[in-house]
Amino acid sequence: MGDADLIVIGAGPAGMSAARRAADCGLSVLILDEQPAPGGQIYRDVDRASALRGDLLGKDFTGGQKLTQRLNHESITHLKGAVVWQIEDQACVSYTQAGQGAVATAKRILLATGALERPMPMPGWTLPGVMTAGAAQILLKQSGIACERAVLVGSGPLLYLIASQMLRAGVPPLALVETQTRQDFARSLRHLGGALRGWPYLLKGLKMLWELRRGQIHRYVGATNIAIEGDQAARAVTFSSGGKTRRIASDNVLLHHGVVPNTQMARSVDIPHHWDNLQSCFVPECDNWGRTAVPAVFIAGDGAGIGGAKAAALAGEIAALAIAHDLDKLTQASRDAAAQPLRAGLHKERAARPFIDTAYPAYPGALSPQDSTIICRCEEVTAGDIRRMAALGCLGPNQTKAFGRAGMGPCQGRYCGLSVTRILSDANGTAPDITGHYRIRPPIKPVTLGEIAGMKNHVTSEEKND
Amino acid sequence: MKPGSNFRELTPMPDTALVDVRFGTQALRLPLGENLAAALLVAGVMPFRRTPVSGAPRGPFCMMGACFDCLVKIDGVTRQACMLTVAEGLEIEMPAAKGDLDG
Ligand SMILES: Cc1cc2nc3c(=O)[nH]c(=O)nc-3n(C[C@H](O)[C@H](O)[C@H](O)COP(=O)(O)OP(=O)(O)OC[C@H]3O[C@@H](n4cnc5c(N)ncnc54)[C@H](O)[C@@H]3O)c2cc1C
Ligand code: FES
Repeated sequence: MGDADLIVIGAGPAGMSAARRAADCGLSVLILDEQPAPGGQIYRDVDRASALRGDLLGKDFTGGQKLTQRLNHESITHLKGAVVWQIEDQACVSYTQAGQGAVATAKRILLATGALERPMPMPGWTLPGVMTAGAAQILLKQSGIACERAVLVGSGPLLYLIASQMLRAGVPPLALVETQTRQDFARSLRHLGGALRGWPYLLKGLKMLWELRRGQIHRYVGATNIAIEGDQAARAVTFSSGGKTRRIASDNVLLHHGVVPNTQMARSVDIPHHWDNLQSCFVPECDNWGRTAVPAVFIAGDGAGIGGAKAAALAGEIAALAIAHDLDKLTQASRDAAAQPLRAGLHKERAARPFIDTAYPAYPGALSPQDSTIICRCEEVTAGDIRRMAALGCLGPNQTKAFGRAGMGPCQGRYCGLSVTRILSDANGTAPDITGHYRIRPPIKPVTLGEIAGMKNHVTSEEKND
Repeated sequence: MKPGSNFRELTPMPDTALVDVRFGTQALRLPLGENLAAALLVAGVMPFRRTPVSGAPRGPFCMMGACFDCLVKIDGVTRQACMLTVAEGLEIEMPAAKGDLDG
């Protein structure tokens, strides 16, 4: 019965590791990902890109090939370019592949849809030429395309990683405008003990900083009042740093202040979420096997809380063990024994997290943006509009839809949801958990009538392109 | 890198076939199979669309199918350019924006 024992959504580190571990336990696995190649965000198109430009992307990137190779197993079917837009009746997945809608069923589903960049609303952030730093990195990894004379704005290890990759590619950024402060660093020191247990990350961080220094990339720290100037496109970044107002002319402004779980799919099946104070975002609720309140649905990887690629891979395997046990392929004792070293690994992977999260917090200016700043990119709703809704009695994000059109555009709140929750919470003096988040209803990705009309019930052999 | 573009191909691959694509009235030659949003950026296309609310210009923001700022219209269907690849003969238009009749 069904197309597979397990459907994994997302072929990033979490999904790939889960698929293999489940297959090794004797489960049949269908893995769906909207991208044309496996890898997820960190290892985007890793098989092709490593051969073409592995040297500039670094070993941490090319190492991802070990994971994509793990998909070569007779019990794993990988459907590439399959956009999942609905999960129904717990284990019935609707997706579109090459313009054709289809439904696949399984006994269990694992959500491994990863992270999104934290929205960074600031004046001018909707102008052409402004992208997420991750977008610039995707262009570099997947297409070998570099963004010239860019300014990187924000904070965090990923910002340094992207800067050093750009430097190695021979297209160094003009400058890094960093938002973390000395106070943030001082506060992070009390987590130094944990960080030292995760020393390889610290070492990598120091190496990247050294590389940027040697490359003479200018770093401005503690930046505030950041704005992007331009009329039809970005032309400059302005900010205050070190007591001075500065302006850097640039047509490419790349924003990044951390990543947050992509909770769209988990919310669409009503998995409860709670607010994580340290990471300033919502995370779906699950136990330490990835099991959620929705019986057949598990969740693993950055989509369940940010931990990075290695933690994601470990969590994927742990969820696979639990699913194999659920489906009588593994005794409880062997499940627990197999999970033990994975959990120890996870513990180590997470050790440096509190230090990193405290040293590189979200940019306060983007958490409470000025009134004129656009929050909902799709419907062009500003922070001031949302504050006015709060003054009229709007308590939660779903009510903003009644007051205006925030969150009703095609992105369905992916890049405004957290900001709206935050602004309403601040305005009403309520905790984010009380304010809540947009209710997400399927389809979570746009689907055309033609795609639905031609819906098929099965995976045909021609589609099994792996 | 084409004039007007801030995006440069680091290692252009000489054996990639170029195919004819139109963006509005612009005739382009783009690498077959390349990510469409990436190819349009290198070709200097900007903006990709104008918003339905104010008519403001927009271009790719996330390159991962999440923001919908890269929307273009192909064969009458509005789609995300960053989730498509270049194919021979694509006729691309800007989706309807504020002030357009077929809103
Ligand atoms: C843009 C970006 C760049 C990043 N770069 C790095 C980096 O260089 N180094 C680093 O250490 N960390 C990076 N990260 C952090 C990253 O989140 C993790 O390190 C790692 O990728 C998490 O693995 P994962 O398996 O949980 O999710 P991901 O790797 O994000 O994989 C999730 C997969 O789910 C798929 N998916 C999502 N929604 C759907 C849907 N509806 N239908 C079908 N498929 C879907 C996506 O296409 C994706 O392939 C990046 C994050 C982002 C957002
Ligand atoms: S650039 Fe964000 S969806 Fe295409």
